[in-house]
Amino acid sequence: MVRVTLPYHLRTLARVGNEVQIEVAGPVTPATILNALESAYPMLRGTIREHVTLQRRPFLRFFACGEDLSLEAPDISLPESIASGKEPFMIIGAIAGG
Amino acid sequence: MSRVRVLVGTHKGAFVLTSDGKRKEWKVNGPYFAGWEIYHVKGSPADPNRIYASQTSGWFGQIIQRSNDGGATWEQPGTSPGEPTTTPDGMPKAESNKFVYDTDSRTGKPLTTHQWYDGTQHPWEFKRVWHLEPSLTDPDTVFAGVEDAAIFRTTDGGMNWHELAGLRGHGTGPQWTPGAGGMGLHTILLDRVNKGRMYGAISSAGVFRSDDTGANWRPVTKGLRSQYIPDPNAEIGHCIHRIAMHPSRPDVLYMQKHWDVMRSDNGGESWHEISGNLPSDFGFVVDVHAHEPETVYVIPIKSDSEHYPPEGKLRVYRSKTGGNEWEPLTKGLPQQDCYVNVLREAMAVDSLEKCGVYFGTTGGQVYASADAGDTWAPIARDLPAVFSVEVQVL
Repeated sequence: MVRVTLPYHLRTLARVGNEVQIEVAGPVTPATILNALESAYPMLRGTIREHVTLQRRPFLRFFACGEDLSLEAPDISLPESIASGKEPFMIIGAIAGG
Repeated sequence: MSRVRVLVGTHKGAFVLTSDGKRKEWKVNGPYFAGWEIYHVKGSPADPNRIYASQTSGWFGQIIQRSNDGGATWEQPGTSPGEPTTTPDGMPKAESNKFVYDTDSRTGKPLTTHQWYDGTQHPWEFKRVWHLEPSLTDPDTVFAGVEDAAIFRTTDGGMNWHELAGLRGHGTGPQWTPGAGGMGLHTILLDRVNKGRMYGAISSAGVFRSDDTGANWRPVTKGLRSQYIPDPNAEIGHCIHRIAMHPSRPDVLYMQKHWDVMRSDNGGESWHEISGNLPSDFGFVVDVHAHEPETVYVIPIKSDSEHYPPEGKLRVYRSKTGGNEWEPLTKGLPQQDCYVNVLREAMAVDSLEKCGVYFGTTGGQVYASADAGDTWAPIARDLPAVFSVEVQVL
């Protein structure tokens, strides 16, 4: 199971706690994690990445194992510790607004 | 006895205020969707317990919320927690927050750009839903006015939204330009008398009318004058802040424009100014008394550079003559050191006798009058900045 942490407002939207666990079929990448997350929690579709283009929303960032993956390709393979659930895939809202 | 429910959208959540028909004691419920911008909350005329809300965020985009119990509980239509996103036959399920412009040449208009500030063409980009207008007869049908300006419709209670592309595609769309507040379709009026007639108003573009329930549209702006437009007969480019009608007399429209309060007596075919003796003809709201079609309310704001009441006095102005002759209504409203604004969606009237009038401010107050504006009292004082106010009589 892959662990995913969500920012506060998406937790309340999906009615879940700080972290969710999801089954990801095939290679574990940012895109496959988000596909699985949106399948399990359809109310999150469109909130993390844009509906049509699937581009990451500008004020959200993706982190894994201490690395900022926000600008990486969505099909980049993630470390084994993410695939195994040892470390969470983190979706973080940017601290913006002054 | 009747009950009254006031639906308030704010910068940081939605609130539901309730009272009995006396409208003296109020209970405040909320915030709902705390921390999110709630541009508009509105109930269905066909089923008052069916309420729709536009929940939006610069971080997370657009959400549509729906209540079936008068605002006590809410859901995102079609996307309950844990449900699969596809139907048993593999088709994608409803996506209630998906607003995609129709660029299909078979069903819509292949319009993809509008004018940008520098005169170049700029892609049409969905940002948020400004306004939700439920059908007069069907609780599952709702029109949505969005930024960048377009009109969408759902016929399944908010589960799926489809653009009525005839508005953007009628011809002037490529010339529309955003103003300082963006390019939002912020007002939708449905005509109860003339079947199929409806109006949409867009900041920095103008007023548009459809006579076939939104399939085809045309500008109805003759008579509007805007200082910043060199062409005195310009069909588009007018910064409309709000339009209003009385349900029993829908051919008469009132408008608060960027500057000027205007009136049309022929369904928007032509407009004339009715600013009269107002201390400022800049403002955002305009509304009509529930029982007196010639009684109109506006709240003058000092100028487009100074968005607060003239002289620091919060005054509603009422005309009982359909415009031109206005009287200030001040009893119960702050008459010194008041520097709030009242945004375009933040005034409403109820249908009780006497007519109730409500408005919300950027300072977080919601004021109500249970006597058609003669006296006022705050029914909520310290909310986040108020974006929208709607009222239901139950």
